[in-house]
Amino acid sequence: MAAVLVLRYGARGGRRALRETFEKLLIANRGEIACRVIKTCKKMGIKTVAIHSDVDANAVHVKMADEAVCVGPAPTSKSYLNMDAIMEVIKKTRAQAVHPGYGFLSENKEFARRLAAEGVTFIGPDTHAIQAMGDKIESKLLAKNAKVNTIPGFDGVVKDADEAVRIAREIGYPVMIKASAGGGGKGMRIAWDDEETREGFRFSSQEAASSFGDDRLLIEKFIDNPRHIEIQVLADKHGNALWLNERECSIQRRNQKVVEEAPSTFLDSETRRAMGEQAVALAKAVKYSSAGTVEFLVDSSKNFYFLEMNTRLQVEHPVTECITGLDLVQEMIRVAKGYPLRHKQADIPINGWAVECRVYAEDPYKSFGLPSIGKLSQYQEPLHVPSVRVDSGIEQGSDISIYYDPMISKLITYGSNRAEALRRMEEALDNYVIRGVTHNISLLREVIIHPRFVQGDISTKFLPEVYPDGFKGHQLTDHERRELLATAASLYVAEQLRSQRFLGTPRIPIAKSKRSSWELSVHLGDGIYPVAVSKDGSSFSVEVDGMKLNVTSEWNLALPLLSVTIDGTQRTVQRLSRDASGKTSIQFLGTVYKLQVLTKAAAELSKYMPEKAAEDTSSILRSPMPGAVVAVSVKPGDMVSEGQEICVIEAMKMQNSMIAAKTGKVKAVHCKAGDTVGEGDLLVELE
Amino acid sequence: MAALCVLRAALCRAAPWGRRAASGGSVPQRIEEKRRAALLGGGQSRIDAQHRRGKLTARERILLLLDPDSFDEYDMFVEHRCSDFGMDSSKNKDFTVFGGSLSGAHAQKICKVMDQAAMVGAPVIGLNDSGGARIQEGVESLAGYADIFLRNVLCSGLVPQISLIMGPCAGGAVYSPALTDFTFMVKDTSYLFITGPDVVKSVTNEDVTQEQLGGAKTHTAVSGVAHRAFENDIDALLNLREFFNYLPLSNRDPAPVCECHDPSDRLVPELDTIVPMESTKAYDMLDIIRSIVDEREFFEIMPSYARNIVVGFARMNGRTVGIVGNQPKVASGCLDINSSVKGARFVRFCDAFNIPLITFVDVPGFLPGTAQEYGGIIRHGAKLLFAFAEATVPKITVITRKAYGGAYDVMSSKHLRGDANYAWPTAEVAVMGAKGAVQIIFRGKETDAEAEYVDKFANPFPAAMRGFVDDIIQPSTTRMRICHDLDVLASKSQANPWKKHANIPL
Repeated sequence: MAAVLVLRYGARGGRRALRETFEKLLIANRGEIACRVIKTCKKMGIKTVAIHSDVDANAVHVKMADEAVCVGPAPTSKSYLNMDAIMEVIKKTRAQAVHPGYGFLSENKEFARRLAAEGVTFIGPDTHAIQAMGDKIESKLLAKNAKVNTIPGFDGVVKDADEAVRIAREIGYPVMIKASAGGGGKGMRIAWDDEETREGFRFSSQEAASSFGDDRLLIEKFIDNPRHIEIQVLADKHGNALWLNERECSIQRRNQKVVEEAPSTFLDSETRRAMGEQAVALAKAVKYSSAGTVEFLVDSSKNFYFLEMNTRLQVEHPVTECITGLDLVQEMIRVAKGYPLRHKQADIPINGWAVECRVYAEDPYKSFGLPSIGKLSQYQEPLHVPSVRVDSGIEQGSDISIYYDPMISKLITYGSNRAEALRRMEEALDNYVIRGVTHNISLLREVIIHPRFVQGDISTKFLPEVYPDGFKGHQLTDHERRELLATAASLYVAEQLRSQRFLGTPRIPIAKSKRSSWELSVHLGDGIYPVAVSKDGSSFSVEVDGMKLNVTSEWNLALPLLSVTIDGTQRTVQRLSRDASGKTSIQFLGTVYKLQVLTKAAAELSKYMPEKAAEDTSSILRSPMPGAVVAVSVKPGDMVSEGQEICVIEAMKMQNSMIAAKTGKVKAVHCKAGDTVGEGDLLVELE
Repeated sequence: MAALCVLRAALCRAAPWGRRAASGGSVPQRIEEKRRAALLGGGQSRIDAQHRRGKLTARERILLLLDPDSFDEYDMFVEHRCSDFGMDSSKNKDFTVFGGSLSGAHAQKICKVMDQAAMVGAPVIGLNDSGGARIQEGVESLAGYADIFLRNVLCSGLVPQISLIMGPCAGGAVYSPALTDFTFMVKDTSYLFITGPDVVKSVTNEDVTQEQLGGAKTHTAVSGVAHRAFENDIDALLNLREFFNYLPLSNRDPAPVCECHDPSDRLVPELDTIVPMESTKAYDMLDIIRSIVDEREFFEIMPSYARNIVVGFARMNGRTVGIVGNQPKVASGCLDINSSVKGARFVRFCDAFNIPLITFVDVPGFLPGTAQEYGGIIRHGAKLLFAFAEATVPKITVITRKAYGGAYDVMSSKHLRGDANYAWPTAEVAVMGAKGAVQIIFRGKETDAEAEYVDKFANPFPAAMRGFVDDIIQPSTTRMRICHDLDVLASKSQANPWKKHANIPL
């Protein structure tokens, strides 16, 4: 679908306009962005060279490229950031150009310089622009000179409270006051009037002197409820530049974007044009060529302030492609080859609405997402849902390792309006099969159906504001809970019925009666719910909480996606696991629920079963066999995530990777490389 | 439970001591009274005591094990010299009656049920919760044990026999589970030992708890006496129901075939890259097994014991198969004493009950060392060799990586009558790894022959050229190939020469 969308919106002009292009291009990246670039290269008839680390030898981008060369071992510093090795590959494969993707070497001026020295084209801006925009102070200065709005502020020694008030009035309330030397938001005070400014001055200047021994204060315009909105620009080497509308990227956690969309619900065409024109002015001021992004903070009164400029292709570029119909990678390659832009500002449309969710291998219940790793035992993208684009670089069987970004894919849906795009996103998230690693589908789905998000009432503080106690998954309404219980009970009965259907030689056929009703008891969370199921032809009639629900499905118990219709409402659910004791986990409305389905009799007898304290062996790691310690990858105080390699034991010429059973801090390490250990020896303790 | 629901099962339960028939009253009245008394077993206070121990009564256990309304209890009226009768197959000692100790009457009831089971071809399930012989009855109770042991032996290989240990099982009583095909235990509430901690203390002066001496952990991880342990009575009984469906009812039936929703021609693309490129790196054989079998469901047998070999039941296109696989993740997947014995017993069970065997091979050889040699690795390793060689059920073998030395022969090789033997492109069928081989061939001499050896032997070609593997297959097609082979081999008929019985190196 990705390719289809790109073709549909990006082929305009296509090869006709591009008579001559590169013959061979190297992609200095991995994962989804490498695959994304290769797709466009294929479309343009450019041969591709992939680079990879040794653990990525079977990665999708390696399989997609015409040639692939290993540039080193797994750690990025030795492979994807290894400039010497990459330069070597460029020479050997005679690649004429390099697309850096994002991250890694994409904003590394040294890399761009070395390429230029070898006569190889860097698909991106020239070294000067990278350098200028890479420097926080210089870029702000440049922006000011180009008449781009910057956050007004003062940084220096403030004599007294009166001067502080004068400065604050100049800037305009509200203002933020803090010690210059204090990092981040530490000791930050917000002042909405003169009185508060005086108070803030007293507090901050005291702190500045006592804590940091540095009198300087920072007084800056306080951006209340800021949104993060960025403008995509595209410029050529002939002094032309365009703005390709905005992307709204306010949904963030720990300064990382989670959900993006284009256009923004917040901007009117006037603000959009103003931001676009300033972005283009900045691009022209640094003689920018290629695709770039100018990031702004926008306050509740639609004042916008320059934040920084990213001199590369952004992760979230697909939403812009969806609404403008441009293939940004293709445009970048054209521009790098020296062609002038083939569009005028008036040609840039906003067609429909696009939303992107970043699907990560991480646990959203911990700080909105702590990385998890593992093997994708089952993986199926929701490409059967209309207008869905999935940019990914992994497949069933791929490992999500600790070495690289835990992003699984970018899921993009497109619609003629926002409601349609969001509805499709909801469906796409429900139809996405990811097994073997913990993922953040539950969080993504909750965000896109949250009333505040649906109304467009968002800011960069959305997640902490909406989930002050952390994200806890979807909260079921009574009706939804009944639907879930009915689904679980029906699945249980379907499984029971199937297990009695033997083909070929039948079991001794003396059934007294054919069973058609079941009295069950379903545990969900802290509740125990009686559920009665009776078979009614091909569907089940399920009684929960005194309500009767009709549940129909094909009951194909092997398919990862199960379509169930409950009283006419279609739901796509996923049964992730089941076991003989009735325990099952079901992904319903994006969230995974753990349930236990028992017969009424078994449930009644459960009360006699002893409560067992869970034995915690996850915090100690013992050697499972005698052998030699080859490597220890942690030291006391390190944070390790579940499934991360802690040490390697060699036994019988085989290397066995010992992994952490939980996420936590390393308390003590009892072995070192070269040690010989016996079976059961304590290796590492976690806190 | 699919099979038991169509069977009538009998409960063996001794009537309560001292509750002899109340005299007088009409016959129907007396029937009612006796029935009521029998239903209470050892009385409400003893039922409560059983519950307090976190255990269920025999009657409750039967309720959970069997499908509702499929259980007919016979001979509720039998008292001490009782004989009890039923068409099958669930023998059960009720702890609320005399601590489930075995009386002559009790043994006789069990024997009758077992005879019946053998006759109709129905599996025997024993729910054991017994203090041992009823000392008050003396030699009669010992005779009772022997009668049961004999029937366990006669039923062996005839009908599957499963023991679920749900309480103490000490002294003579332990030999009945030991003779059955599978022994499952309930964690924390079940124990199996010849003599309890008190006797141990007086004889060897060892201090040991019941749990350490014969708890579920000891027997599933250390001694290998038990095959699986479950959390509690309910968990154990529900798992037993699930396990039961993998088994044929007797050796006269073929392996059962269930309705299957998982396509038999499903490709498994991730298998093409699952074996790491460095031959020293481990991977999890369970990943391969789960991705190939129906719906990723694998009932592992002895998961905590001799983990360098994986054995268990799964289904392929609905048909039960027995799976044996070396586990590279544990001790490099080598064969040692424990893994050989574990594998051998499993293979023989499958062969006895017409369950096809699928073997996944990645074995660097037998484990060297004095511990192994002194322990008799030669004798024990021979068991696995014997079992695979003797088996006449369909045998399909997939060599995923290493198949070195004698261990290659043992692991269901073509030479032991494997029906379909496949190699993945990553397979290395050789006498040993390149490094070791070169060291022996060019003893002491400097040589660069290692690369040559790797080129010549560390690949599937030498074996394929000689027909020792039937085909080199793309790993992603493994499920498809096996399902197809199983269909073809369903009518396989192969017999060993007539003999009274073979003499496996015990």
